[in-house]
Amino acid sequence: MKVLIYAEQQDGQLKKSAFEAVSFAVQTWAPHGVQDFTVVMGGRVSEQDAAGLGNYGATLVLMPEDGSLDAFEPHVHSAVLLDALQKSGADLLVMAHTYAGKSLAPRLAVSWQATLAAAVNHPPEVQQDGSWTVQRTVYSNKGLATYQVSGDRRILSFTPNALKPVLQGAPCPVQPLSTLAGAGASRTHRLEVQKVQGKIPLTEAERVISGGRGLKGPENWHLIEGLADACAAATACSKPVSDMHWRSHDEHVGQTGITIKPDLYIAVGISGAIQHLAGVSSSKTIVAINTDPEAPFFKVADYGVVGDALEVLPRLTEAIRRSAGS
Amino acid sequence: MNILVCLSQVPDTTTKIAFSADNKSLNKTGVQYIINPYDELALTKALELNEATGGGTVTVIHVGGADAEPVLRKALAIGADQAVRIEAEPLDSRQVAAELAAYIQGQSYDLVLTGRESIDYNCGLVGGMLSQYLDWPLVNVATSIDPAGQAGVLAVSRDMDGGREKVEVSLPAVITCQKELTEPRIPNMRGIMAARSKPLQVVSPQGIGPDLSLLSHALPPARQACRYFEADQMDALVEALRQQAKVL
Ligand SMILES: Cc1cc2nc3c(=O)[nH]c(=O)nc-3n(C[C@H](O)[C@H](O)[C@H](O)COP(=O)(O)OP(=O)(O)OC[C@H]3O[C@@H](n4cnc5c(N)ncnc54)[C@H](O)[C@@H]3O)c2cc1C
Ligand SMILES: Nc1ncnc2c1ncn2[C@@H]1O[C@H](COP(=O)(O)O)[C@@H](O)[C@H]1O
Repeated sequence: MKVLIYAEQQDGQLKKSAFEAVSFAVQTWAPHGVQDFTVVMGGRVSEQDAAGLGNYGATLVLMPEDGSLDAFEPHVHSAVLLDALQKSGADLLVMAHTYAGKSLAPRLAVSWQATLAAAVNHPPEVQQDGSWTVQRTVYSNKGLATYQVSGDRRILSFTPNALKPVLQGAPCPVQPLSTLAGAGASRTHRLEVQKVQGKIPLTEAERVISGGRGLKGPENWHLIEGLADACAAATACSKPVSDMHWRSHDEHVGQTGITIKPDLYIAVGISGAIQHLAGVSSSKTIVAINTDPEAPFFKVADYGVVGDALEVLPRLTEAIRRSAGS
Repeated sequence: MNILVCLSQVPDTTTKIAFSADNKSLNKTGVQYIINPYDELALTKALELNEATGGGTVTVIHVGGADAEPVLRKALAIGADQAVRIEAEPLDSRQVAAELAAYIQGQSYDLVLTGRESIDYNCGLVGGMLSQYLDWPLVNVATSIDPAGQAGVLAVSRDMDGGREKVEVSLPAVITCQKELTEPRIPNMRGIMAARSKPLQVVSPQGIGPDLSLLSHALPPARQACRYFEADQMDALVEALRQQAKVL
């Protein structure tokens, strides 16, 4: 079997999902005798960074020969990936279920005529006959579904944070990747880009501090930010908080917002409505802080503090800082 | 513009999920079905776009059984001009996308809107697959869609990892819709009356098979009982997060 891995970059830096993708592929298929793990870079990074993916088990990195992949465009990226898949004779493509992955995987499933297992949350179990069983969450985290995936050509996309990258191997060779001269004129034309500056992206974050209506108003958000700062966490919020413009829309988590599964989710002044839980309940550890001992969030929380957020937050922040300093 | 809006029907957001005895399907007892919330936004946006540019039709389409007709009628009551139902029982996004593509290829739509994802299976794949089948450009996870000032072009903002970007896309195109695009419309009495006489066409399927075979469903593992701390025990909580949960 030959595996191709799609690795993402942003502004010339490897993204966290790039390491996860390599590790996901290597940890799953190296035990089954697969030796060739070729990475296709979605845009250019430094030669040294690319070779460094070998430290996670990649055996070859294909680096775009020009800048035509540097900004993400589904049309162009999927055409270049299809070409690389065909030239390499790969039968498996692994990628993260990020914004880019969500655009590319379905397009390639059609153009490469492959079976797509999307948003898988664990490495698959590979069966004797080469088929896999994979698991994903359904009904907004309220259920799990297990599928059998077979076929000559397969694509697997995994949810971010599904596994921790493991160091195994040494820097690997880097070779140029044909970008097909931009894969023809694109029918979309970029006008402007707004990047969220200096914040940990919510979908990548290992820790998330989230505030709800119990915080009373935007003037109290420095308490959420202070705690996030103390434990290198991203910030999130409930739907009413973004609807009232206390926080920007991109922080809204839940059924109609972003779905996340960080290692640690701290819910402050959030009641724990079913639509909110839909986006966060597969977090590994959940802490709820709420004045109401009957708040539904305590039913899913691992740790709870019944108390006023305005009082508890500074104390928790201080306790974390103390413990980090000791 | 002639706009096609793809609608899926999903269990109401407050539904407590339970599975059938063989764990192969959802236990539908007492489950209320609604238009997938993102698709409702797509429909409203389609109506707004045609109101702004003065003309065109809005068609809603669903791949599924007759049990979805109330949802299609609701879409007609909200303001869609006509509805189409492809008579199939799809098992995955591939089947839905392939059936939709086969239908669209025989028509002349300028724009196809889907939701960002359906909140039952949460894949978010139909729009992407459809764009490849049709060989149309894809703008995924759009937060605003506006006429761009020249015919056949739309200005769209889309979410990306760590930010947002604005693009111009030439039609025909597939755009998947994210909240923030607009607020859903509620049907009024006149709309409900009018919906009764609007056309709802049933189309035979191509019979395309699914990619995946479902083995079983399960409920997520139960969580342990919550361990409580007083407000003045934050050092103990931090200790537990470090030593027990190992997340700090
Ligand atoms: C179709 C649909 C989709 C939805 N999607 C989402 C979604 O994606 N995400 C989402 O979040 N919601 C969603 N909702 C809304 C959801 O049902 C709840 O209304 C919402 O999550 C409540 O937000 P909240 O907990 O911040 O506010 P509230 O329900 O008002 O709860 C505030 C909580 O703060 C506590 N509190 C008050 N004062 C303090 C204090 N001083 N210190 C500590 N705690 C305090 C209260 O006890 C209470 O538990 C959706 C609803 C619908 C109908
Ligand atoms: N059975 C269906 N019929 C029509 N459109 C659908 C159907 N299922 C999904 N869609 C559309 O595809 C989008 C994404 O669905 P999914 O890939 O299932 O998450 C939905 O928001 C709908 O717009």
